[in-house]
Amino acid sequence: MMGVAERTDAWLGQFAGQERKPRWIEQLRDAGFASFATLGFPTVHNEDWRFTNVAPIARTIFQPARAVTADADTLAPFATGIRLVFVNGRLQESTSALPPGLTVGALTEDAREHFGKYAASETNAFVALNTAFLGEAACIYIERAAVIEKPIHLVHVTVAGVSPVVSHPRTLIVVGERAQCTLAETFLGSGAYLNNSVTEIVVGAGANVDHYKIQRESQSAFHIATLQAELGRDARYSTTSISLGGTLVRNNSNARLSEGSEATLNGLYLVNGAQHVDNQLTVDHAAPNASSHELYKGILDDRATAAFNGKILVRKDAQKTDAKQTNKNLLLSDDAVVNTKPELQILADDVRCTHGATIGQLDGEAAFYLQSRGIGKAEARSMLTYAFAQDVIDRVKIPSLRNTLERTIFEKLYDSRQ
Amino acid sequence: MALLEIKNLFASVGDREILKGIDLTIHPGEVHAIMGPNGSGKSTLSQVLAGRESYVVTRGQVLYEGKDLLEMAPEDRARQGIYLAFQYPVEIPGVSNLYFLKAAVNASRKDKGLPEVDAMDFLDLIQEKLALMEMDQALLNRPVNVGFSGGEKKRNEIFHMAVLEPKLAILDETDSGLDIDALKLVANGVNKLRSAERSLIVVTHYQRLLDYIVPDFVHVLADGRIVKSGGKELAHELERSGYAGLGIYDAEEAVARV
Repeated sequence: MMGVAERTDAWLGQFAGQERKPRWIEQLRDAGFASFATLGFPTVHNEDWRFTNVAPIARTIFQPARAVTADADTLAPFATGIRLVFVNGRLQESTSALPPGLTVGALTEDAREHFGKYAASETNAFVALNTAFLGEAACIYIERAAVIEKPIHLVHVTVAGVSPVVSHPRTLIVVGERAQCTLAETFLGSGAYLNNSVTEIVVGAGANVDHYKIQRESQSAFHIATLQAELGRDARYSTTSISLGGTLVRNNSNARLSEGSEATLNGLYLVNGAQHVDNQLTVDHAAPNASSHELYKGILDDRATAAFNGKILVRKDAQKTDAKQTNKNLLLSDDAVVNTKPELQILADDVRCTHGATIGQLDGEAAFYLQSRGIGKAEARSMLTYAFAQDVIDRVKIPSLRNTLERTIFEKLYDSRQ
Repeated sequence: MALLEIKNLFASVGDREILKGIDLTIHPGEVHAIMGPNGSGKSTLSQVLAGRESYVVTRGQVLYEGKDLLEMAPEDRARQGIYLAFQYPVEIPGVSNLYFLKAAVNASRKDKGLPEVDAMDFLDLIQEKLALMEMDQALLNRPVNVGFSGGEKKRNEIFHMAVLEPKLAILDETDSGLDIDALKLVANGVNKLRSAERSLIVVTHYQRLLDYIVPDFVHVLADGRIVKSGGKELAHELERSGYAGLGIYDAEEAVARV
């Protein structure tokens, strides 16, 4: 039995053993580790972590992920467009021919203006830990008014060895004023590992950004992800988060809205076996006339558990805010459990905020209707389950990504019915 | 050989007995109308034949093509050629009408050991049946019954029937909620599907539908039993004198009169 101090020592040992980086990065790392050391891993006594017990992560000794390469098959779905592939935290390849207005690269001085300014490493231990292990971050810049037609894929592959490994992907995306782009982050891997990712997206005034996050980690992976989007004036930002893999998954998806901006946060989680997924959303209406829409859908089978916590903060000056939040859950088994909690804090008086949550089962009437037309019971259930998720899946507009996603979801639904 | 033989059928929902000894034999190509007041058991009979699990058969037998129908799962009944047009067609958000029909057709084909229907052949079939039903093309890509008007839903049921080509179709109050124009359209569609091999059970409260779908036989159902059978003229007799003329009342009224 190992004591808490020894486990912290393991993180400290890893922290101290990192290769040297420029001074400003090391300062960030030091601050991150100091934060982590102060905060420690959250427990279920912390309200924000009430439904997610990270003890299995705190208990595990992770090795730094080693340099390996991912094969072409793994990367095939991302063939169209611009791609950056990180394997075990190291950049394996990056599309060299980039359209005008787009720069992708490693962490350099250019990032200093924005880097680490948005995701909260003082209050979130995982963000702090990620910052403490800053390595080959992905930095993407889109010039003002540039229109990048092709999707930009960020692929994070984690390959564990005999013992569990840890990877801390870090991404900064800065979209200039009135620019347009589509970003897709995919997480996948094999074996037992912790993927602790942080993505910061700065959406310039009047810019238009579509973002996707597809999480299909291995079945024994821990996945903790923080997404922080900062919307400029009149900016438009949408994100669709699909959670399929992992044994213990926590997504913190946050957006801060400036005047006249619009944020859409959609998500789908599909869990079975003993999987746990927790989606924590915070939409900060910091200025007037902004709108936000959240639609999260969950499908749970077997003994899977899920949590949804949707915070909406409407600050005092954020008049004419229009915020809508919906969380719908479909339970396919009697043993699945979901906890859903809206959390609205409204300090302005002229706003429209609505929220709704549902937890239901498959419609027996609809299943019988399908069966009465010759469709087998298991297939009828799969069809209805897929149909439940359809409106979120429909938001994925990148064809290759969508095809892979549909196939993965279909296989998962089909497997769980066998 | 009879296509369907119902012998002394009793069925209950919960502890309520609804069918109390139904006998009915249907041969290929015959059209049987089943009429009766509210609560007489018309819809229960339809649901039992389609295999609805919430209805429990407590006694009796149903043979379909000589086989024990009650032993078969709903999907197997459908694959063997039984079709129920629902009184209240179910809305299925997220599943397009076209995808749904293709899944249904392929389920039947798979059961018969046939390969999946060729995509082009299927579209040809769909176009042909759409024309037959005078249905709007746009309804194909919409989710099943979602946002359909009452008339569109009922026509969609008959359209599904046209595509699936059953041997025995049960139309459960297909006329309910339809105005006269919609009723004619639906009846017209059904009539185009009549053939020497295809049998129909037309369940209705009103005689009106039977002016357009003319039955070979009419059965009057009351309190879970067939109390009178005859030819198509029986429907007209009912229209003149009403169910009360036969001493039959709605279930609620019957209770009130006890």
